[in-house]
Amino acid sequence: MPAIAHIRQSLIIALWFMFLTFPILVVRVNTIENIIEWRWLNMMYVGAGSFLGSFAWRYFLGRRERSASRNAVPAGTRQLAAVAVGPGYDVGPAGIALAGGVETGRSGGVEEKVSTPPAPPAKPWLHRLMDDRKLRRPLLLILAAAGTIFPFLPFTSTYQINIVTNALLYVMLGLGLNIVVGLAGLLHLGYVAFYAVGAYSYALLYHHFGIGFWTALPLGALLATLFGIALGFPILRLRGDYLAIVTLGFAEITRLVLENWNEFSFGPSGIAGIPRPGLFGWEMDLHGATIYIYFLMIFLCLLTIFVVNRLQNSRIGRAWVALREDETACEAMGVNPTAAKLTAFALGSTWAGLAGVVFAAKTTFVNPASFTFLESAMILSIVVLGGMGSILGVIIGAFVLILTPEYLRAFSEYRMLLFGLIMVMMMIFRPQGIVSGVRRIYEFHRGPGEQR
Amino acid sequence: MNAVTEPLLNVQTLTMNFGGLRALDQVSLQVQPGEVVALIGPNGAGKTTFFNCVTGIYRPSGGDVFVTPPGKKRRRLNGLKTHQVTASGLARTFQNIRLFQEMTVLENVMIGRHCRTRAGVLGAVLRDPQTRREERDIVERSYTILEKIGLAGEVNELAKNLPYGDQRRLEIARAMATEPFLLLLDEPAAGMNPRETDALEALIRRICDEEGIAVLLIEHDMRIVMSISNRIYVLDYGKKIAAGTAAEIWENPVVIKAYLGEETEE
Repeated sequence: MPAIAHIRQSLIIALWFMFLTFPILVVRVNTIENIIEWRWLNMMYVGAGSFLGSFAWRYFLGRRERSASRNAVPAGTRQLAAVAVGPGYDVGPAGIALAGGVETGRSGGVEEKVSTPPAPPAKPWLHRLMDDRKLRRPLLLILAAAGTIFPFLPFTSTYQINIVTNALLYVMLGLGLNIVVGLAGLLHLGYVAFYAVGAYSYALLYHHFGIGFWTALPLGALLATLFGIALGFPILRLRGDYLAIVTLGFAEITRLVLENWNEFSFGPSGIAGIPRPGLFGWEMDLHGATIYIYFLMIFLCLLTIFVVNRLQNSRIGRAWVALREDETACEAMGVNPTAAKLTAFALGSTWAGLAGVVFAAKTTFVNPASFTFLESAMILSIVVLGGMGSILGVIIGAFVLILTPEYLRAFSEYRMLLFGLIMVMMMIFRPQGIVSGVRRIYEFHRGPGEQR
Repeated sequence: MNAVTEPLLNVQTLTMNFGGLRALDQVSLQVQPGEVVALIGPNGAGKTTFFNCVTGIYRPSGGDVFVTPPGKKRRRLNGLKTHQVTASGLARTFQNIRLFQEMTVLENVMIGRHCRTRAGVLGAVLRDPQTRREERDIVERSYTILEKIGLAGEVNELAKNLPYGDQRRLEIARAMATEPFLLLLDEPAAGMNPRETDALEALIRRICDEEGIAVLLIEHDMRIVMSISNRIYVLDYGKKIAAGTAAEIWENPVVIKAYLGEETEE
């Protein structure tokens, strides 16, 4: 029955699309031979395509709704229980007997349903894979081996290494932003500003003082952190959308300053000739330097994963997640929200600063065009697509979003179109991202307090 | 009541204005050590506003809030931020449950330990012995509280998956983790069935007697209010209209009028 309704609906949509696209896809005025071409075949394509698309859309949407309604059962009965008890409220002393007898008796019947425990949510398959100790170790070993020999394989060119390094850079940025957006729940649309701070600190420090990469790395991170704190102080009392807009504005201000303050940042022409990272004065050719930066990025990514992983399950990390869940309750439980937000903001900025310094060293050139809002959006998409609060998700998200356009150069014109489509699809069918964040499990064995 | 000891919570002529609306009008209230005190009143009487003023969510327009933690000096709470109030030993629950839905039961309670622990970013990253010890302590204490509350079986369940009554109890557990000397419960029995309400009543008694935590609760379920509270305060339209023991309140004509309305004279 619903299948027939689906087919009918899809047919209507297909017809509507055929009608809509008729003027541009079917009729073509050939101005050279002064004739009108009727391309009916195009109409067939549109019809078939939109029919199938609409049908698939309906199918998946229906599936999602079915699974959602299955999960929502406890919530539904909970509401019912509240309603049933509702009339019992506010009955004064005179009405006590009545409230105790009739009303609560009724709610008791409903409550039976409520107390049935909801089925435990199925763990995402990726996590089941990672939890399996037998599988995990070989998997990580294979990954490590693949990462190590990748640049030395005969068919990997400098270009290949470069784009993977680029992806690793975004892994780092994604994980940094993940602290702010994924854990602390602060929608930060100006992350690229701190990336720019890092990149420009290295560029300018080298330009003016001849400071090398390894000194600039911590300095860039520090400067970005200070910037994060300086910006964080005034704006962290804002919530949600307001915070997003202010951070967005801040990123634009940073970019415009870099673009227009010629004496300071050399304007749109940028700063060129930034040296690549050195290795005890060892001279490397371009290919060698690329491999070097690749391994440097792997190391920095591992460091980031290590730090973020430890933060996530710490006192601070828990406070961030609690802040994301409910700010009022979080504060009432004794967490200083300003301090927690500021730490998240500052730490996120630190990683952006680190990534910025590496970026400047990798490209040997910085200019404001590298730090547009599109970059911020890209990093945010990595976090959202990968899965907010999930390290594995962000890594996968970064590789997918950065490498796919590189390998699908043929579709480069439709890149943004595809991008938008994927985002819309994700938000509808899998709003928690590719890999959803999983909370830490504690096991208690030999009585209370025995943590394994 | 015992007039010799200083009250744990001493609220003097608390007033709260929202623009032209006076939500609380010169309300005074005391909670003595070891007491269960109930705050009742019709909907919109200002009970939750009172809680919000005491816990620093709202800044009161007038009046004073003093606390005297056991064995410590009297302290004025006006103008302190919510988390500072919690750190000083007042913990609360919410009328509409405000758990951290996506966190596990244990983690919810662990958050309560935040203000009693100190590990910072560096400690979290380095995981030095002191931080590990502290973390272990957090887990142990939280688990012990969950055992007392009776939720030890669900430690790893996400808070949102708990049945309604358990969610209410988890909120109490979370508040207890902050080591309060006074617990403010905002309608803890709302939405519970009689069996759960009885269990809650026993729990509140246990908290008061065994843990030595005084309780101030807002509640509409008169059965629990009457049987559990040492004293009752009644608010109506932001004013305190009565105060006394359960029996006194039960007979008080002003209270009955506030709840049931006045008979019109023909």
